[in-house]
Amino acid sequence: MSLMKIAGLVSGWALRKPATRLYPFVKRETYPHTRGHIEIDIGKCTFCTLCEKKCPADAIAVDRAAKTWSIDRLRCISCNACVEACPRKCLSMANTYSPAMLQHGIQTFAQNPAAPAEK
Amino acid sequence: MSTATETKPKRTIIPFGPQHPVLPEPIHLDLVLEDEKVVEVIPSIGFIHRGLEKLVEKKDFQEMTYVAERICGICSCIHGHSYCEAIENVMNVQVPERAKYLRVFWDELSRIHSHILWAGLFADSFGFESLFMHSWRIREKILDIVEETTGGRVIFGYCKIGGTRRDIANGRLKSIVTELKAIEKECHSITDVFEKDYSVKKRTKGIGMLSKDDAVKLGAVGPMVRASGIASDARKLGYAAYGNLTWELITESGCDCHARLMVRCREIYQAFDLAYQAADKMPDGPVEIKVTGNPTGEFAARLEQPRGEVIYYVKGNGTKNLVRFRVRTPTFANIPPLLKALEGCELPDVPVIVLTIDPCISCAER
Amino acid sequence: MTEQQLISTIQKTELPSKAAEMFKQGFRLVYVCCTPGDPLEITYSFDKDYQLFSFRIMVPRAEAVIPSITGSYFCALTYENEMQDLFGIKVENLAVDFKGNFYKLQVKTPYKDAGLAQPKADTGAQQK
Repeated sequence: MSLMKIAGLVSGWALRKPATRLYPFVKRETYPHTRGHIEIDIGKCTFCTLCEKKCPADAIAVDRAAKTWSIDRLRCISCNACVEACPRKCLSMANTYSPAMLQHGIQTFAQNPAAPAEK
Repeated sequence: MSTATETKPKRTIIPFGPQHPVLPEPIHLDLVLEDEKVVEVIPSIGFIHRGLEKLVEKKDFQEMTYVAERICGICSCIHGHSYCEAIENVMNVQVPERAKYLRVFWDELSRIHSHILWAGLFADSFGFESLFMHSWRIREKILDIVEETTGGRVIFGYCKIGGTRRDIANGRLKSIVTELKAIEKECHSITDVFEKDYSVKKRTKGIGMLSKDDAVKLGAVGPMVRASGIASDARKLGYAAYGNLTWELITESGCDCHARLMVRCREIYQAFDLAYQAADKMPDGPVEIKVTGNPTGEFAARLEQPRGEVIYYVKGNGTKNLVRFRVRTPTFANIPPLLKALEGCELPDVPVIVLTIDPCISCAER
Repeated sequence: MTEQQLISTIQKTELPSKAAEMFKQGFRLVYVCCTPGDPLEITYSFDKDYQLFSFRIMVPRAEAVIPSITGSYFCALTYENEMQDLFGIKVENLAVDFKGNFYKLQVKTPYKDAGLAQPKADTGAQQK
């Protein structure tokens, strides 16, 4: 009978462990190429501002004079355009999503060794 | 019909939407009812209008790829592909063969996930929640394959002007095909229920009739028109690698909600078959070609999204900003057939009929 | 896909009769596109057997009034109402005229001034 089809599917799952994950206690593993958040190796950066020009969401701000590179994590759409545009290959895409924030802040990386590396 | 003593039944207007549990995105329909039977529908849209067509003034044509992909979350893959096809035709760019087959592969995966998503929502619209949950459980496996190969679960982001941004190694492609075959076997467990279950048939057969003539006159596209017996599919134009693959159009003659359900269920298996063919015939070679210069000229690219035929019209004048970027999505074209299919139905059938056009309102309003 | 796409420019008064002719020959209306500029270019595209044919009318911006084709193609009502709401074009003899209420927008006719201003060399609003 056609009623048995869905009954078989549903009762079979009653005997298995659930298909859902108990987030936030169990987090999902992402894949190596997942587009998560942008990371920069600030030592290699020459502040050419190509990443700032290519960013479609205008999330990156580069200050040539002060030698800082800032990113607005909430504007970034993880499209990978800046990583592909960087001629020094100092930008890379990490495979975890950026965490939730309580206040809207911009993350700045400075090349000046006297100043702290991250705000 | 009416004599001096007969009175016409009183009309009530009930608003459907913009917030409704069954709608994935907000649309507003004013239903004019005569005692639980719908006689007229007055639509109004604009809740998700973001003015994306005007963004061409600020973003250059390379950045518009990212905007085009983000017009919609469910059909994001083919939006990006359509934009790239339109610009490549304007600029006369010959995409490498491997990129064409990769695009077909990812497009078909996107069609599978979109149809399974719709099947789950459709089951939810007549209250069959366990079928909804199982459909979406199977869909997660497709999204895992997509995330591993492209980097994004929802926004695939694989297409760029001149080819694709990522490649799949041949060895991995073979193991993905094996995984897809296992998923296809699991899909039978839910499509069998849709096809044969007594309660599904009771809620969908004979509901939302759209005759063959009406489907043509009102400009229906996609599974709406194929379920009314008309064989029309934009993939027959032969874009990307579709000209080299063998496949048949799927049509049904029922003209009702059950026929549209069956068209989409059978298209899931056809999409699996097309993905296997594309993986099998994929040639070796580069996946992108360098593109320089600015677009001059105009072209209207027509592709087949899961919901129907989408048109991307671009016009450039030699500068890096386009003059016009117009998207006509299948849901927008399916609004007049929806108004016709809703006439004469009962109030509880309204969510079922609204869902059978597969409404993707964020596409329709851009 | 390099299909030939034929576009022919006609006068706006010929539009309803051309649309009726296409309907009799079995074409379906694919879409209507309005390109801002001066004059406005409105393109009506029809399809039969996967071949696309388009008619284009030029309408001066100051006096944007066009006849409707809903007499032959009822489905054109969504496109023409959308043009009224977004571009501020007036369409005459519409079968169902929403009079500006089809698109619920906060700013009326947002695309009316599109295509006139030069695109700014804008690197976007960045918070420093």
